[in-house]
Amino acid sequence: MHREVLFEIVRTAVAILISLFVVFLIVFLVSSQPTEALSKFLIGPLSKVRYFSNVLELSIPLIFNGLAISIMFQAKQFNIGAEGAFFMGAVAATVVGITMNLPRIIHLPFAIIAGSFIGGILLFIPAILKSKWNASELVSSLMLNYILYYFGIFIINYYLRDVNAGYMVSYPLNSSVLLPKLMVGTRLHYGIFIAIAMIIIMYYFLYRTKWGYAIRMTGLNEKFAEYVGINVKKVILYAQIIGGIIAGMGGAVELLGMYTRFEWQKLPGYGWDGIIVAILARNNPLLVPVAAFFLSYIRIGADLMARMTDVPSEVVSVIQALVIMLIAAESFMAKWRHTMVVKRAKEEFYVNNGGSLQ
Amino acid sequence: MKILEIIFSTSFGYAILRVTTPILFAALGAVISDKAGVINIALEGIMLMAALWGVIISAFTHSAWWGLVAAIVSGVLMSFILAYFSLNLKTDVILAGIALNLFSSGGTIFILYLVAHDKGISSSLKSEVLPQMTLPLVNKIPVIGPIFSGHNILTYIALLAVILVYVLLYRTPLGLRIRAVGENPDAADSVGIGVNKIRYIALLLSGILASFGGAYLSMGYVSWFSTNMTAGRGFIALAAEAMGKGTPLGTFFASLLFGFAGALANNLQSLRIPSEFIQMIPYIVTIIGLVIYSSSQVSRIKKVKEQ
Repeated sequence: MHREVLFEIVRTAVAILISLFVVFLIVFLVSSQPTEALSKFLIGPLSKVRYFSNVLELSIPLIFNGLAISIMFQAKQFNIGAEGAFFMGAVAATVVGITMNLPRIIHLPFAIIAGSFIGGILLFIPAILKSKWNASELVSSLMLNYILYYFGIFIINYYLRDVNAGYMVSYPLNSSVLLPKLMVGTRLHYGIFIAIAMIIIMYYFLYRTKWGYAIRMTGLNEKFAEYVGINVKKVILYAQIIGGIIAGMGGAVELLGMYTRFEWQKLPGYGWDGIIVAILARNNPLLVPVAAFFLSYIRIGADLMARMTDVPSEVVSVIQALVIMLIAAESFMAKWRHTMVVKRAKEEFYVNNGGSLQ
Repeated sequence: MKILEIIFSTSFGYAILRVTTPILFAALGAVISDKAGVINIALEGIMLMAALWGVIISAFTHSAWWGLVAAIVSGVLMSFILAYFSLNLKTDVILAGIALNLFSSGGTIFILYLVAHDKGISSSLKSEVLPQMTLPLVNKIPVIGPIFSGHNILTYIALLAVILVYVLLYRTPLGLRIRAVGENPDAADSVGIGVNKIRYIALLLSGILASFGGAYLSMGYVSWFSTNMTAGRGFIALAAEAMGKGTPLGTFFASLLFGFAGALANNLQSLRIPSEFIQMIPYIVTIIGLVIYSSSQVSRIKKVKEQ
């Protein structure tokens, strides 16, 4: 067990190093100031409190989506709808935040619950299509993302658009619904505590409850799970609904913490980032914040690099793709693991037989 | 009744073929890889990358044909990466495909910025467009002429590809091997077919077809590259392949259906329906189509079990 963990840590580190190395190569190829660019990329986020706070701020939506994807991937459901659920969660929070006038203590939780609720309902769609008619949740959730995007934009544009704002945004949200800031001078908000709470709840749910166990068993071996009496169809349903709830909650928290109006003109892409986070974290809720922090760090680093040098920030897409592929690659460094296992077995053999092979 | 007026016009028929073309290419790519037993989720990313390279190289060489070649080369490279990771390093092919798509959507912006100093659109590049073809004789026939003549050359290649893919899969030794590998890799292996080699070939062919689709988007459908211009066509293609039961002809008709939905969305912009709803049409049709197809499969399995 111990060695397995060590192996995974080393493997992840090597995957990250290889991807960083490839990015270094690219930067040296395209930039006229490569060392400057790389130092901004690697240590830029640490150079100012504000930049580091940016890293934490960006971690929040990544944690929510990472958790949402993790729980669905644990059940082997390739539902990519977190993107749309996150977006609609924010739209729902906007509707609640603009149209209602309530005291803060009710208004804020209600807006977050509304976002979670919508997210859960929406990801119920690909889930039910899968469990009832066996329609691929991958394709249907991909299509759903586009539908939800247009639907969300429709709601904002037709009902909540502030025509006096000069650009395409909603009316300002009531101040009673906004998540307070944690630190003056930064955008870091109390949503980070909600994220941490969700990490703990999801860990407990997945590893300490019957339902969580059923999810993990279904993911490991659907046939076996069915054989031992787990209602696989039900598991497929609720794993995706819970994923939707978390993603929707994330959308609401992101909107209420970071914005005062609904401003997105396109899908923010955090749902896809959630996949990267989930793979890095091996679908384990406790590792999700670490993975989210890493992804967030290289994103902010790349942004700083793009702002101050001539390298576009999209260079991180190379890291992301390579990290996913290498970590998900079963055979990547498998030889090393094999020799390690053999060595260990030999050692044990020696010990048990008094140090000789006879 | 304006909708009917629009649907029953020859220009609408023309539009269906125009919108179907990129989906059809990618869907045929999905047919080949699926027959070999690997799902190619990366079609979307391959198309996007091909669309970009087509524009860049055609702008530098002043030749749309070199642009097409570059698009295909980029598609081959992308599918080679996909094949290497999924077949040699045993990465889950869905995850590898997702990774490639993410790479494409960021990577194309990166490259576009380096070449055209813009992160949205390639309008500063003077890229070329592949020629349109007037079909002799056909163009004289009323109704049929305006629908089928005057398309981009790639539209005709796409239609031709339906037949070529059919012949490849069902009339050649390679096609037999591809199908054998997809149906039962162990059995195929036992009679001496190199499973990985065949899957490599299938993925590369699938990538080539998708890159034709990408090249069409930026050098035919429109004459520029814009970020994420594929807009889910690679995924719609997967649905088309599923609905077409994995056969070239079935996939062709399913692609036509999505082409119809897309053309409808483009043409209804003039009506007084919020444009957001109209733009949803192709995606909604895809989900409905997928459900109908999948549920028919389920009931068929049930019937077989009952017998």
